[in-house]
Amino acid sequence: MNDVQEAVRFERVNKWFGRLHVLRDIDLSVRAGERIVICGPSGSGKSTLIRCVNRLEKHQQGRLLVNGVELTDDRKRTERIRREVGMVFQHFELFPHLTVLENCTLAPIHVRGMGRAEAEALAMEYLARVRIPDKAHSYPGQLSGGQQQRVAIARALCMQPKIMLFDEPTSALDPEMIKEVLDVMVELAASGMTMLCVTHEMGFAREVADRVVFMDEGRIVEAADPETFFSAPQSERARQFLGQILRR
Amino acid sequence: MDAMPPRRFDLLAWARTQLFSGPLNIALTLLGLWLLWLTVPPLIDWALLKAQFVGSSREDCGGEGACWVFVRVHLPQFLYGFYPEEQRWRVNLGVLLLALFALPLAWRRLRENVWVWVGLLVVYPLLAWWLFHGGLGLPEVETSRWGGLFLTLVVAGASMSAALPLGILLALGRRSSLPAVKAVCTVFIEFWRGVPHITVLFMASVMLPLFLPAGVDLDKLLRALIGVAVFAGAYMAEVIRGGLQGVPAGQLEAAKALGLSYWQQMRLVVLPQALRLVIPGIVNVFIALFKDTSLVLIIGLFDLLGMVQAAVTNPQWLGYAVEGYVFAALVFWLFCYGMSVLSRRLERRLNVGRHVPEDLA
Repeated sequence: MNDVQEAVRFERVNKWFGRLHVLRDIDLSVRAGERIVICGPSGSGKSTLIRCVNRLEKHQQGRLLVNGVELTDDRKRTERIRREVGMVFQHFELFPHLTVLENCTLAPIHVRGMGRAEAEALAMEYLARVRIPDKAHSYPGQLSGGQQQRVAIARALCMQPKIMLFDEPTSALDPEMIKEVLDVMVELAASGMTMLCVTHEMGFAREVADRVVFMDEGRIVEAADPETFFSAPQSERARQFLGQILRR
Repeated sequence: MDAMPPRRFDLLAWARTQLFSGPLNIALTLLGLWLLWLTVPPLIDWALLKAQFVGSSREDCGGEGACWVFVRVHLPQFLYGFYPEEQRWRVNLGVLLLALFALPLAWRRLRENVWVWVGLLVVYPLLAWWLFHGGLGLPEVETSRWGGLFLTLVVAGASMSAALPLGILLALGRRSSLPAVKAVCTVFIEFWRGVPHITVLFMASVMLPLFLPAGVDLDKLLRALIGVAVFAGAYMAEVIRGGLQGVPAGQLEAAKALGLSYWQQMRLVVLPQALRLVIPGIVNVFIALFKDTSLVLIIGLFDLLGMVQAAVTNPQWLGYAVEGYVFAALVFWLFCYGMSVLSRRLERRLNVGRHVPEDLA
């Protein structure tokens, strides 16, 4: 059962916000190294889905396993899982009172117990990978949106996670900054990272996704490889959605 | 980028636009000038030009101006209260030591050092207590003999350094997801905020001993300190709670997502942002607390104002109350204004690097 090759496993997961049923009988299994793109209309539960993976949201029914460990109310276990799962937010959420470098070394030092010098060396390595090492001593408020999001990716990577979650990472960016962030994500995908991305960037989905998961009203309506999904969507709802999103 | 052209200050143009731009403004400006003319010259006359500065007894006073001889003669009392004269070096040394313990804060690196804060908030208070109160080789000086500005600073300093941590814990507790913690903190805050400060001091001095087991005798000053600190802590908690609410929820989520524990989330991410949001509010509580130290007068402790009060009612020196109160007001104002200046500097420094657009950075 606890197959280490399986990064994430949803088993009939249900969740409600009050009376609103936001996740309905979700079954999904993500292999280690797999790249999943989750799309769907707003309010379809796609953000909630990935926020359950690091327990920013609690599921109320069903089982959810991350790296073979079931998520429960046990706080220590949740913290342990969060160390292995990096997350990138729509609005970056860099810590404004810390420099870029301090943002990146905070968790390695305080959660992993790494020495400052080692953590800084690691951070510089990842900042170089997201092509922003020269801004290490700037504050987030001094960076553009695209730069901030790349720092946010580096910050998550500094914990050397096994899984990365992306919650609409380009939705808050100006058009000319979207590419610089997507480029970094494409590179990350090529390195074999397990990724769950909520995004409307269909070009990105086509290029890197192993599977596209389409959600509507809290359900996974269909899940297929991008080729099949884009050329021959099975459901009427997906056809409608693609029609609208690709026309833009 | 071109430099902004230098602007020369043109007094006439400034006056025309700011003071005499219309009939109403002209009238208001003239009224203001007239009021200044009525009040300022007599004040300067009284306080400086016609005042008496030198002398050593009441006989040196006289004339129309202020007699600062009164303050000069009583200055040691105003500063030290009834602290024995030959022991006052201990108070001076204590102040010097405080400056020494606070010195490392001038360096940014040391400001983040835990030991610097342990020294300032744990070692120094114990050392100061021994130095001021005595015992272990030093002659004992009862706290009832402490007084004047010295007592004001002890009460203010001790309760400030207790009120801030207490306020932080209460504010976090009030937002806790644990119902018991939340209830206890809410009741605690609302109780102390709802009771007049004077009542708290009376309770600390009269009621607290009733609750203590027989034989345990808490010092009166210590009881007053606890009263002031708890009262200020409750106010501080609400100020800080305002700051906590100002930190976006996404910041907390980002901290959680990195695997930080609850206390790490608070200490490293939420509190640094929340506290700098409410620096003006925190300083406001500090200033109010500093001035409220005068209330210890009602439980028989003589702070600066208490000592001035005692001096002006001294039959040998009747008639010099104004000088005394002006002096007390000036000292209080200096300290409070000092805190205000410090807080503005702190705000400016902590705002480094926030919201500077890329092309201006």
